[in-house]
Amino acid sequence: MNKYLKNFKNGVIDENPTFVLLLGMCPTLGTTSSAFNGLSMGLATTAVLILSNFLISLIKNLVPDMVRIPSYIVVIASLVTILQMVIKAYAPEVDKSLGLFIPLIVVNCIILGRAEAFAAKNGPVESIFDGIGIGIGFSLALTLLGAVREFLGAGAIFGITLQGENYGMLLFVLAPGAFLALGYLIAIVNKLRSK
Amino acid sequence: MKKLSSSLTNMALVLTIIAVVAGAALAAVNAVTAPQIEKINADNLAAGIKSVMGSDKITVAEPQEKKATVAGKEKTFIVYEVTDESGKSLGKAVQTSENGFGGELKVLVGFDQEGTILGYTLLQHAETPGLGAKATDWFQKENGEKRTVVGKNPGKVNFTVSKDGGDIDAITASTITSRAFLLAIKNAYDNTCLTDANTGATTKANK
Amino acid sequence: MEYVLIFITAIFVNNIVLSQFLGICPFLGVSKKVSTASGMGLAVTFVLTLATIVTYLIQKFVLDPNGLAYLQTIAFILVIAALVQMVEIILKKVSPSLYQALGVFLPLITTNCCILGVAILVIQKDYNLLQGVVYAVSTALGFFLAMVIFAGLREQLAMTKVPKAMNGMPIALITAALLSMAFMGFSGVDGGLKILFGLD
Repeated sequence: MNKYLKNFKNGVIDENPTFVLLLGMCPTLGTTSSAFNGLSMGLATTAVLILSNFLISLIKNLVPDMVRIPSYIVVIASLVTILQMVIKAYAPEVDKSLGLFIPLIVVNCIILGRAEAFAAKNGPVESIFDGIGIGIGFSLALTLLGAVREFLGAGAIFGITLQGENYGMLLFVLAPGAFLALGYLIAIVNKLRSK
Repeated sequence: MKKLSSSLTNMALVLTIIAVVAGAALAAVNAVTAPQIEKINADNLAAGIKSVMGSDKITVAEPQEKKATVAGKEKTFIVYEVTDESGKSLGKAVQTSENGFGGELKVLVGFDQEGTILGYTLLQHAETPGLGAKATDWFQKENGEKRTVVGKNPGKVNFTVSKDGGDIDAITASTITSRAFLLAIKNAYDNTCLTDANTGATTKANK
Repeated sequence: MEYVLIFITAIFVNNIVLSQFLGICPFLGVSKKVSTASGMGLAVTFVLTLATIVTYLIQKFVLDPNGLAYLQTIAFILVIAALVQMVEIILKKVSPSLYQALGVFLPLITTNCCILGVAILVIQKDYNLLQGVVYAVSTALGFFLAMVIFAGLREQLAMTKVPKAMNGMPIALITAALLSMAFMGFSGVDGGLKILFGLD
């Protein structure tokens, strides 16, 4: 069990995909205009990651090396499409706010990266835990970034107003604020890690 | 288990199997979700019409498309005639669109029989969050006479922003969005409320 | 005139990297030198234009008529992956010099989300083929422009002293923020052009 826990911690802290590995930057910047959007994107990616890790580690021995990448891409793209249809049908609000970034989960380098680096070499159960760990790390990072931007930009977190009605540095909800907030968050993480 | 070797047959076989399984899985999920997605869209529209007409007990007629040329460009208005349970006409809900600041601004607006606005909702927009996106709430009834469009008749008041000499206060720092929003409603009024009495024929002809 | 509008909007107003957040990975990853950045920019322009045409044709002539729109994502990504491979092979044979310039960037492009993103956007925006192509080329030029300016800034940045924790990615992101702010100055230009061209 300890081994699984280690996989998990590895994803959340040591190899946090956003703050340490700097992977999957497009959704990180594009969908974090609020804490809720960040969290939804994180969870959507986590769902795909866990399932793709699991399926790929199941089929890894059946797939010849030469067609490994196309096969993995088909698996991932199918999972993403299924997720997209389910979100459209049962959570249309999420679909509205994430929009294009849902199909783009396919090209999130975290997913293919984990498939290659972990699922293709390990058993199904470890792969699931690796997916959970990395996924939670990614979700936490996106939620944090979303919360920071929403707080600075609109004076609220998860839609709950914490500042006065007209408070807000709108810049943080707009495009430049995404770069700024992520830049400073990574700097803070760097500082903490160097200690 | 040993890894399958990269022979041509193996590769072709594996890729085909994966593609077929994936295709089948997607088709199955699509069969389940497609009706649900349709239902959600229909529900949203129905809820939108109820909210802009300000009444829950309504019957909505089949939508009619109405085309008109506004300032040299062809525009399409989708008109939903609305009646109450007894069959008495309450007016109509009209779907219209205009180019806002960030892209298309799709508005659903409810008129009573005289053309007075009963309510509105934004069906789709791409305005800047925190600025133009405020249009969702800004023009609602609760915000006072200076801001709201509800209860006003575009034919009777000066239906433009106060900056342009009109009777309605624009969203702070979002004049372009406000102008587009008001123009969308004004066009809907001009082409579906004003002309109804004398050009009922065009509506049918264009359908 | 409509095409001029699409062109200017896609490059400046809705810059793919700085305001749409697509193609961030190469934007941050290969922008340390102007030369590599422009190589990447060119490779993306090339593949993006081709991919948009091919995916458009597939959507209109294969997926839509057969009611298979739900296979969009899977079909597009496979087409893009195959296309990148093909471009690589053809370039190698036909124009070794061009291959030398672009070759190293090609494999990276499959997972560049601006290719898949633009292919899907063209369908979503309901463009016709010509509009789609103009949109793809201008988006790619916007990408190219952002890459080259950003790389220029980073070359200068490399010679300055930066606090240790800010070194590398954080300072690059903050530079990108400033660049993105500069591009915000273009917002609304499309509205003005629309009036100027009498399209509104």
